[in-house]
Amino acid sequence: MMERVPNEYGRFGDFGGKFVPETLMLPLEEIEAELDKALADESFKQEYIRILQHYSGRPTPLTFAPNLTRQVGGAKMYLKREDLNHTGAHKINNAIGQALLAKRMGKKKLIAETGAGQHGVAAATVAAHFGMDCIVFMGEEDIKRQELNVFRMKLLGAEVVPVSSGNRTLKDATNEAIRYWVAHCDDHFYMIGSVVGPHPYPKMVREFQRVIGDEAKEQFLAREGKLPDVIVACVGGGSNAIGMFYPFLQDDVRLVGVEAAGKGIDTPHHAATITKGTKGVIHGAMTYLLQDEYGQILEPYSISAGLDYPGVGPEHAYLASIGRVRYESATDDEAVAAFQLLAQTEGIIPAIESAHAVAKAVELAREMPPDETVLICLSGRGDKDVQTMMRHLGAREGEDIATVR
Amino acid sequence: MKTLPLSVNPPLFIPFIVAGDPAPDVTIDLALALEEAGADILELGVPYSDPLADGPTIQRAAARALDGGMTLPKAIQLIGAMRKKGVNIPIILFTYYNPVLQLGEESFFALAQENGADGVLIPDLPFEESGPFRELGERFGLPLISLVAPTSKQRIERIASAAQGFLYCVSSLGVTGVREALPETLGDFLREVKRHSRVPVAVGFGISAPGQVAMLKEVCDGVVVGSALVQKVEQLAPRLQAPDEREAAVAEFAAYARSLAAPLREAYSSR
Ligand SMILES: Cc1ncc(COP(=O)(O)O)c(C=O)c1O
Repeated sequence: MMERVPNEYGRFGDFGGKFVPETLMLPLEEIEAELDKALADESFKQEYIRILQHYSGRPTPLTFAPNLTRQVGGAKMYLKREDLNHTGAHKINNAIGQALLAKRMGKKKLIAETGAGQHGVAAATVAAHFGMDCIVFMGEEDIKRQELNVFRMKLLGAEVVPVSSGNRTLKDATNEAIRYWVAHCDDHFYMIGSVVGPHPYPKMVREFQRVIGDEAKEQFLAREGKLPDVIVACVGGGSNAIGMFYPFLQDDVRLVGVEAAGKGIDTPHHAATITKGTKGVIHGAMTYLLQDEYGQILEPYSISAGLDYPGVGPEHAYLASIGRVRYESATDDEAVAAFQLLAQTEGIIPAIESAHAVAKAVELAREMPPDETVLICLSGRGDKDVQTMMRHLGAREGEDIATVR
Repeated sequence: MKTLPLSVNPPLFIPFIVAGDPAPDVTIDLALALEEAGADILELGVPYSDPLADGPTIQRAAARALDGGMTLPKAIQLIGAMRKKGVNIPIILFTYYNPVLQLGEESFFALAQENGADGVLIPDLPFEESGPFRELGERFGLPLISLVAPTSKQRIERIASAAQGFLYCVSSLGVTGVREALPETLGDFLREVKRHSRVPVAVGFGISAPGQVAMLKEVCDGVVVGSALVQKVEQLAPRLQAPDEREAAVAEFAAYARSLAAPLREAYSSR
């Protein structure tokens, strides 16, 4: 039996905690107190579920992937369809939960950071829905890479602030969002986009994402009469993965998190934080991170902007340390191949982040007998990635995209 | 618990500069100049890739220093070099927690002690997370300087009663950087902190004008001036690195520091 985490200090074993400037300690205590009250409040839970159903379209389906299964020739493969959420990814589950908490705390101004723009879009969306203001910090590099999502956020009425510090990507956008929060914590609510940051954020985001795993468990049992043998999810900060894994932690199910191996984990160009990182503090939490020997944080790389983060949620660091979840990685090329494979076998275009999970799941399923099952968390849809794919595939000279498979 | 071996007498002028900005040997000259200009304690900033509590001015200084190859061990060794060149005032290392973790907490304190540091300030190690680290520091005779902020409220008493060396009050919400105006409630906040503190209470974040210093001297025991000085270093950087202009540039820096410290001296001579 595993210990209950996080404990009262926000620790998951050695990981987690609150490594933030003193100014933020009281705001964090206030959020923690309100979160605990909200989670114990039936009417809060009902409103959260009601909005998930009527606004985001939950429950999302569990889809059997017969063609993919046949092609791979191993275990039966299932997809949990977070791609069918409003705004196209699991990020909205968390955004709705945190917006409800902000409302409960009387805060009408939201701060968010974003990399690919998926969390920024989710934050801007719930801000519009709840009649709140929203300011989104985004690295200048990412703004260039994700033009469409920037425009989407603006259409939704959010203010997008370009971040020019550091390497101008998600890590720096998160720094800047936290700095802005330090200056405006009296009337703003910081809506973090993954299971990262200081306590109670990793716990809060897990609680607002576990709906993925809770639904999947029920759906899978109804469909197969047993639990899946293996569950696979991609890990950036780790919110879709924790959301999916958490309800299965006590069960006899193999859990596999897939990090981005970029151009390869033996090159400097990857975002495989647990696979290659070391213990330290990033964005207020003790966890694994990519850093040099002097503790300066390194810039990660992945084709997928949503996995391009040098840290990882502290609960994942903990689950890795106790061996409950296995963390592996998939390269850009493997993710791109899986992206095409799923599109062409099932007519489902996955987010490039989710394609990392598909790649690893295919590899595992191939080695498993046909009476076993693999469940993939399909965290988002790939409309946002079509341009990236065009660039990536176009770069392979002379290759005909239609016949890559 | 001991209060700390910092022998200083208020009012305290506590300047902050970044180790290695714009170059390590320049930092030594700036430290000497600050001591001569009347600094009571020097806060030596260790550059960090992700300084969460710092605004653009200090972020840029950190980037300059990191580009020059500065690291935490080198910054600590720079203190040793300062001691050899005659810097005698207490020196507090200001560093984020992660570099300390990578060096190892024991190694960090041992190296700091060996090089003549007098204390440590870690902006992202709040009271609740600091227990074992603080105790380790005590074993090396190196106090951990605590911070209180305008949001600390009911936390002030707990933090102030455990404070060592001096207590650092963050003037206002936000990160480091010069501010045109300090909050109107600052006086009340400082008086509240002073009621609970057994050690001198210094205020920092945003202090950049002698007028502010003159006002603050009435309600606390000292001021920390960071971004304003770092901005000056940034302006002077090209001259500080030109051999035939360095002396004049250092003198200009010292004069600027002296102008900020001046109201503190007037305070005590006129009392
Ligand atoms: C579709 C999708 N999946 C996964 C992620 C990675 O985030 P997390 O690891 O928190 O689920 C993102 C982040 O932007 C995303 O957009």
